[in-house]
Amino acid sequence: MDNKYSILREPLVLGNKSIAEVTNDIAKPLEKKSSKLWWICFLTSLLILSIGMVAVTHQISTGLGTWGLNNTIGWAFDITTFVFWIGIGHAGTLISAILFLFRQKWRTSVNRSAEAMTIFAVICAGAYILIHMGRTYFGYWLIPYPNTRGPLWVNFRSPLVWDLFAISTYLFTSLIFWYVGLIPDLATLRDRTTSKIKKGFYKFFALGWTGSNKTWHRYETVYGLLAGLATPLVVSVHTIVSWDFATSIIPGWHTTIFPPYFVAGAVFSGFAMVLTLMLVVRKVLHFEDYITLHHVENMCKIIILTGGIVGLAYATEFFIAMYSGNEYESFTFINRALGPMSWAYWIMVTCNIVAPQFFWIKKIRRNVVAVFIISIFINIGMWFERFVIIVSSLTRDYLPSSWSSYSPTIIEIATLIGSFGLFFTLFFLFARFLPMISIGEVKAVLSYGKNGEQK
Amino acid sequence: MNKRLVVTYFNNEKDLLHATSFAKKNKYEIQDVFTPYAVHGLDDAMGLKTSKLGIVCFVLGITGAIAKLWYQIWTSATDWPINVGGKPLNSFPAFIPVTFEVTVLFAGIGTTIYFLLSDSRRWKKKIRPNYKTVTDSEFALVIVPNNAVYDFSETKNRFKQFNYLRMEEIIEKVNNEKD
Repeated sequence: MDNKYSILREPLVLGNKSIAEVTNDIAKPLEKKSSKLWWICFLTSLLILSIGMVAVTHQISTGLGTWGLNNTIGWAFDITTFVFWIGIGHAGTLISAILFLFRQKWRTSVNRSAEAMTIFAVICAGAYILIHMGRTYFGYWLIPYPNTRGPLWVNFRSPLVWDLFAISTYLFTSLIFWYVGLIPDLATLRDRTTSKIKKGFYKFFALGWTGSNKTWHRYETVYGLLAGLATPLVVSVHTIVSWDFATSIIPGWHTTIFPPYFVAGAVFSGFAMVLTLMLVVRKVLHFEDYITLHHVENMCKIIILTGGIVGLAYATEFFIAMYSGNEYESFTFINRALGPMSWAYWIMVTCNIVAPQFFWIKKIRRNVVAVFIISIFINIGMWFERFVIIVSSLTRDYLPSSWSSYSPTIIEIATLIGSFGLFFTLFFLFARFLPMISIGEVKAVLSYGKNGEQK
Repeated sequence: MNKRLVVTYFNNEKDLLHATSFAKKNKYEIQDVFTPYAVHGLDDAMGLKTSKLGIVCFVLGITGAIAKLWYQIWTSATDWPINVGGKPLNSFPAFIPVTFEVTVLFAGIGTTIYFLLSDSRRWKKKIRPNYKTVTDSEFALVIVPNNAVYDFSETKNRFKQFNYLRMEEIIEKVNNEKD
């Protein structure tokens, strides 16, 4: 591990840390009293979440009529935001599973938070699924259990049922993957902390981990297996989400390009969200030595790649719509770009295709403020992508008599904002009580890129 | 019966790896090695065999796949056949996505639970090195000395070349289980 690497490789951890210093640096924020800044962030998120809760309670008790939907437009903010959140989650699994299989060692500093982000994003997406049913309290009817209604089974040919299985599998697998990764770190915290309550908490969840190499050996095997399972899973999840659209006969949805297009878009938006979060975290918790500019740059490069795929997909979709000669298809695309909802289309193009092009420049990739701003643009752009796909296709039906338009109600906007509140509430709780960076994994890459003696 | 153990602490993985290989070569019985992170190459140095978890994972996955495929065909084509848009009752290709998801679910969660249950036996052991330092920054090699030729200071001398931090003797109560 030592002299093998050339000095040209940038070290993954800066500041010549010793193993004990790593434990110290990462565990320190968990042992201090909550800072004022944390309280402000947490309470703000909680406030936003409660606004969303009020909106959702109103919607469930009154009915879906509180939304701006109509006969023509049956999906709008709900599914847009659902797809947005599911997409956000994908970067976490990509970092934790796919980069693990490719032995990309730089993942170690960011994988813990990215996985946490995945779980929280999937929770938000799942909440949206339940909310958009209208009668949320019958949500369990989606589960194919022997019921007193026949038993009447769910229709396993429907992509909406596939979705249920995909998302719940994704949630459970991500959760277990994240937890398995946490066990050694929980043991580290258990052995350090002086607070009795915390010790009890960490002791319970560390399951008596001792650091025995016989266990490490099997642990690594399990981790590898989970990574191997999560990799096709993450691709399947967004593929199935895209089938919700692609298996229907709505012009603009009924295309075979959807699965790869959606998966690339998901990774693209997810990395933007990882950057948004990590740039703040590294500043606030002083993790500059762990989440280095090298990490930021790598993530920017993945954004260029996936952003390129997304741009290509937009172009291909448009070209095929024209080239196919199908009048409905070509009308839909002209309508998207030039019709009444064209403002959304151009926001999408600007944020998703133009904005990431700045990442070709190394100076911008290494400029934290610039990266942060661009990542916000991409987040917005990717939300609009789903909005454009869903709403602009639905506003124009085959029959001009059923053409319609859409504007969200205050309840829908409050629910959207509330989902961000849920996401950030969970994220701040995570930042307060669990190590944001994988302590064990970072220790293993300390010598990476270092020339000579290990510490 | 009580068992004598010799615990040697190191402060870096290189010394630990060399000491472990040395112990293995000199026929010391290595009870275990404790490390703060998964040390690359330590499995070989200790002579650990590839674990069978892969097989467990495979069997669980196949079980999930078969069970779910059967369930979908049974519910859709046998128990209450419903004609949905003229599609065949046994719409085999349409059943694949859910089958795949359940395969992953069974394999992933099942393997993890199997791992946690089977290894917690080892974690419950009372005697272990001063694990507080092992989960932080130190590495510990635990060997069972060969009684016939055992001498603590002699062992100390033999391991001196590996720059260990300290070496301790501990007595472990043996309950009749095999590790």
